[in-house]
Amino acid sequence: MAMRVYPYGTKHAPEMIADLSRRAYEFRIQVLQMVYAHQTGHLGGAFSSAEILTALYFHHLRVNPADPNWHDRDRLVFSKGHACAMLYTCLAQRGFFPVEWLMTFRELNSHLQGHPERQKTPGIEVPAGPLGHGLAIGAGMALAARLAKSKRRVYAILGDGEINAGVIWEGALVAAKFQLDNLKVILDYNGVQQTGTTTKVMPTEPIADKWRAFGWHVVEIHGHNVAEILDALDHADEIHGKPVIIVARTTKGKGVSFMENDHYWHGSPPNEKQFQAALGELQEAVARWQN
Amino acid sequence: MAELIRETWGDPLSMRKAYGEALVELGKTHPQVVVLSADVSNSDHSGMFEAVYPERFFNVGIAEPALVDVAVGLANGGYIPIANTFSFLFATRALEQVRTHLCYGQQNVKLAGAYSGLSDSFDGPTHQSISDIATMRALPNMTVVVPADPLAVKKLLSRVADWQGPVFFRLCRNEVPQIFTDAYAPEIGKGVVLCDGADMAIICCGVMVARSLLAAKQLAAQNIRARVAELHTLKPLDTELVLRCARETRAIVTVEEHSILGGLGGAIAETLVTSDPVPMERVGLADTFAESGPYAELLDKYGLSVSDIVNAAKRAMARK
Repeated sequence: MAMRVYPYGTKHAPEMIADLSRRAYEFRIQVLQMVYAHQTGHLGGAFSSAEILTALYFHHLRVNPADPNWHDRDRLVFSKGHACAMLYTCLAQRGFFPVEWLMTFRELNSHLQGHPERQKTPGIEVPAGPLGHGLAIGAGMALAARLAKSKRRVYAILGDGEINAGVIWEGALVAAKFQLDNLKVILDYNGVQQTGTTTKVMPTEPIADKWRAFGWHVVEIHGHNVAEILDALDHADEIHGKPVIIVARTTKGKGVSFMENDHYWHGSPPNEKQFQAALGELQEAVARWQN
Repeated sequence: MAELIRETWGDPLSMRKAYGEALVELGKTHPQVVVLSADVSNSDHSGMFEAVYPERFFNVGIAEPALVDVAVGLANGGYIPIANTFSFLFATRALEQVRTHLCYGQQNVKLAGAYSGLSDSFDGPTHQSISDIATMRALPNMTVVVPADPLAVKKLLSRVADWQGPVFFRLCRNEVPQIFTDAYAPEIGKGVVLCDGADMAIICCGVMVARSLLAAKQLAAQNIRARVAELHTLKPLDTELVLRCARETRAIVTVEEHSILGGLGGAIAETLVTSDPVPMERVGLADTFAESGPYAELLDKYGLSVSDIVNAAKRAMARK
């Protein structure tokens, strides 16, 4: 049974914000179970994108799980494909496929590949995993929407390590050249990539200035605050003549104290003790949002 | 059969101009076609499409990975993007995009690889493209099509646009003889026997089809009846035709403007070795980069002359 959706246009009432915030922690628990059960997958970046994906799929996006290829659906390109356990969880809970599929993640014969694949998984637009594609593909989707005179919007979720890739900046130039205001990038800016902090591996600051210099409208938010995410998404719809990037300041491994900001948890599965400890912390967070 | 080839070949015509004209024609019949360029549209003549359909043309700058990714996004919206840049750049710089999204992701994007083979002759080995077929052919879900003359460019382009799935359309830059009559009606995946013969078979593609026909004439003068079969589609390969050539002639020469590794010769060898390993010789670049120079002389110097084909035919026959 798919979870309740707050259709696009619903007022951002405190109850809705609390409900979505709680779900983001429930989804973290689901992802933790998927990665623990198979001892493979990426937790850190999945946890940092939990609120972003929850806000999009349960409120902002105009999509139809009963007709995943509906021509005028909003497009979401999840460019940081390694964090797909969270994407799969949101898609399943939104009704794109049975929740039972989730526990087959990365198994032989599963619908849920190690990284997203569109042929096997309803709701996936394009494969992702090799990093850097999402922005330029999103630009192409935005051009297609404009050509078709469609009001559909295009969202691309990028990781901050991902923006090391040159094709990101090629795509940034293209989107600015064609003034693609129907393209909105959300940068999951958690500050940690596979082998260390972004500061150490490949400095990205001043991040907002970089994108402004490339001709983008920049919004900076707290990326685990659902209200800020939803307001920024609405704001992005009001910007004309420029593509928009929402720099969402997040925490890698958010929600589990010993995973936060530690690059070890980019792609390492937890052992049983770690699993139980993480589960306990996440369950406490769920309970906090219930009250 | 014979009427597919003109009795007297037409004057050499520009392949890139033929391509530009074909794109404009395609734009009329296919409103879903959009054209993308990495800023070489006055080289490959895709700019002719821009002049007629500016709203359906996108120059993404000198950014080949973005060229392919932006095309993927347009295909996701139901358009039929034809991405244009030099052939070697698709097969090298943008290859990851091609593999991940066109092949694995099965996006309906067409790649028009300009200046392939040695045809960017004066610009030299940095611009020549001699391994692109091998690279593209190895990718699951990819289709590889190589037209042989200006008419073939026009006839095959609309087939490419109608084909479901990614296609690498490998194009020559230069003026080449017009060999086909209007009866030529190529279909993707089907080889064409251009000239019959039972002593040996020349299997060829691209602009080397004309040289192969000349070689067959020289062989005929020496009482060797060579069959000439054009495989404009290297993938999916017309294995039925290849095996028929092997069965009926017992000696095969492959001829391509490409390295002898992994291209047409590789594809035919892979087919024969598991079914009917008849003697076979490969005409192509001998695993080497070429150099700058005039096109025809360059082809001759790097093992692609008419007499290279004739000699290869005799070698293959001697091994029967």
